[in-house]
Amino acid sequence: MKHKTFFWFFLPTALAMLIFIAAPIVSVVMQSLFTPHEAVLVETKNCGPFGCTTATTIDQEATAALRDAEPMGRFVGFDIYKDRGHLATAEVAEAWHSRDSLSGFFGDIYDLPFYRALTFTLTYTFVVTPLLIILGFVIAISVNSLHRKLKGLVIFFSLLPMIVTPLVGSLILFWMIDSRGILGNFISYLANDPDISLKASTPLMWVSLIVYGIWSSAPFAFVVFYAGLQTVPRDTIESAMIDGATRWQQTRYVVIPHLMPLVTFVALIQLMDNFRVFEPVVGFQAQAHATTLSWIIFNDLGGETRQLSAAATTSVLTILGVAILLSPVLIRTWRDFRGRA
Amino acid sequence: MAAAADRKSLGLRTMTVTFVVIWLICAAFPFLWTFWGSFKVELDFFSINNWSDALTGPRTQETYGSPFTGAGYEGAWIQEAFWRNAINTAIVCFFVVATSLTIGTLGAYALSRSGRNYVFWLLIAALIFRAMPPITLVSGYLPPFFQYNVWGYLPTAIIVLVAINQPFTLWMLHSFFESIPKELDESAKVDGCTQFQAFWNVIIPVMWPGVITTGLFSFLLAYNDFAVTTMVLSESNRTMIPAIAAFLGTTQTEGNVMFAVAAVVSATAPLFLLVMIFQRQIVSGLTAGAVKG
Repeated sequence: MKHKTFFWFFLPTALAMLIFIAAPIVSVVMQSLFTPHEAVLVETKNCGPFGCTTATTIDQEATAALRDAEPMGRFVGFDIYKDRGHLATAEVAEAWHSRDSLSGFFGDIYDLPFYRALTFTLTYTFVVTPLLIILGFVIAISVNSLHRKLKGLVIFFSLLPMIVTPLVGSLILFWMIDSRGILGNFISYLANDPDISLKASTPLMWVSLIVYGIWSSAPFAFVVFYAGLQTVPRDTIESAMIDGATRWQQTRYVVIPHLMPLVTFVALIQLMDNFRVFEPVVGFQAQAHATTLSWIIFNDLGGETRQLSAAATTSVLTILGVAILLSPVLIRTWRDFRGRA
Repeated sequence: MAAAADRKSLGLRTMTVTFVVIWLICAAFPFLWTFWGSFKVELDFFSINNWSDALTGPRTQETYGSPFTGAGYEGAWIQEAFWRNAINTAIVCFFVVATSLTIGTLGAYALSRSGRNYVFWLLIAALIFRAMPPITLVSGYLPPFFQYNVWGYLPTAIIVLVAINQPFTLWMLHSFFESIPKELDESAKVDGCTQFQAFWNVIIPVMWPGVITTGLFSFLLAYNDFAVTTMVLSESNRTMIPAIAAFLGTTQTEGNVMFAVAAVVSATAPLFLLVMIFQRQIVSGLTAGAVKG
C-alpha cells in the first residue's frame, strides 16, 4: 500500500486517538505541574479619625488579568506530587524518623490517602489475578469433560458475570451480601453472630471486593483456557497414556505446559485491568474501608469542587503504575516482532 | 480405544459435575435472585427477620394483595424517568458502534495491508493507549470541554467513547483482516479497482463476522461505561449506568432502594439477550487475541 493511501485510510482513527487520548495525557501531565492562581490580594489602609486599619481585599481585575495571562496556572513543579494527598514525602520521612518499629511506620503510612489506596489496589490486583486464573482453569477442565449439549448452556451462564456492567454486577452482589440480604444472613448464621455486618468490617469488605473481582473475571480466563483446551494435541495425550501417565500426570505434564502461553496472556491482561479497579468500590460503598487509585481520581473530579490538579497528579501516578505492569507485554510484543522480521 | 481411555472413574466424574454445578450457581444465582426480588417490596427483599421473605413476599402480599408487584419498575421508569436514560443509552451505543466500526475498519485495513515498519509502532501505540485507564484521561477532557462549552452533551460523550474504543477496535479488526488473504484485494486491484473499491466491494463482504464481533465489544464498552459518562454528561443527559449510581445516592434516603433494584434488572436484561444471541461471536472475540498469541 502506498504511503498516501495508508495515510487517508488511517487518518480518522489517528485523529480520534491523538485528540482524545494522546492530547489528554499531555494535558494531564501539565495539569499535575501547575496549580490554579490564587486570588491577588491587596492591602488597603483606611485612616480615619480613630487611627488606621488595614483591610485585605481581592483585586478582581488583577486576578482575572493574571488568569488570562497564564491560563495554565502557577508552575509548582513536583509540589503537588509531594503533598499530603499524594506521595506525602514529608509525612513519610517524619514517620520513618519518629517510629522505631516497622509496623508503626506502615501504620502511619496507611493513614495517608494515596498509600491507603495503593495498598488496596495492589492487594486486589495480586490476589485476584492468580485466583481467577486457577478458578478459570478448573472450570475449563471440568466443562471440557461435560457432554457436548451441556457445554453451550454452561458457557452461556458463565459469561454473565463478565459481560454484565461492573457497577451492576457489584450492586447485585452487594445487595446479597448486605446484612439483610440472603448471603449476609448466611454469613451471620455461619459466624453465629447476628450483628456481623459488611459495612462495619474492613477485612470483610476486602474479602467481598476480592470475591467480586474473581467472580467477574474468572469467565474470561475460563473462555480463553477452554478454547486452548480444544487445541491440545490428541497424539501427545495418547502417547502419555500409553506410557502409563495417570490423569493427573497428563494434566500436569501435557495440558498445563500447552496452555502456558495463554496463562501468561490472561495474567498480563488481568493485571492491567485489575489495577484500574473502580466500580466495585462505588457499588459496595466501600470507601470507608477500601479505596483504589481510580476511585481517588473519580472522587477528586466529582462534586462541586473539581480538584483537577489533584486528580491529574493521581492520574499520572496511576499511568506510571500501568506502565510498569505493561512493560512485560511490550517487551514480549517487541521480541515477537524482532523474531518475525 | 480413545473412548475407553476417556472413561473416568465415578469419583472423578461426580467431582467434576459437582464443581460445574457449584460454579453455575455462583454465576447465575445472583441474577435470578435479584430478578425475583425486584418484584417485591423493600422489606421483603431486604428482610430483617427472615431471608425467605424475599422468596414468598409476605409484606408484598400485605401491601399489594399479590406476592409480586411492579412498583419498583413503575417508580424507576415512570417516577424517576429512567426511560429517558434508556433512550440516551440507546443513542450513545448506536452512534459509538457505528462510528468506531467505520473509522476502525478503515484504519485496521490499512494496518493489515501496509506491511511497513511504522505499522508495528502504530500498533504498539494503540496497545499503550488501550492500557490507559479511561478515568485517568478525564481530568484532561474537562477544561477544554468547559472552555468550548461542549460539556454535558451526548455527542461529546459519543466522540470520547469512540476514541477510547479505537485502540481495542484496531487490534481486534487487525487480527481479523490478517486472516483474509491479501491476494483477494490484490486481484481486485489488478482488475482495475482502486484501493478503496477493493476494500469496500471485496473485503468488507467477507469481513462481516469480524465486524459483528468487534461491534459487539464496542457496544459493551459504551453500554458498560460508568467513569467517563458520569464525568462528561450533565444530569439531564445521563445514560443508564450513571443514572443507577445517582439513584443510590438519592433513593436510599427516601427508602426506595427497590427503584435501583428494578433499574439494575432493567439494565441487565439487554445484556442477557445479547449473550443469548451472540454467544458464539463473544467467545470467538475473547479468544481471537489470545490464541494467536
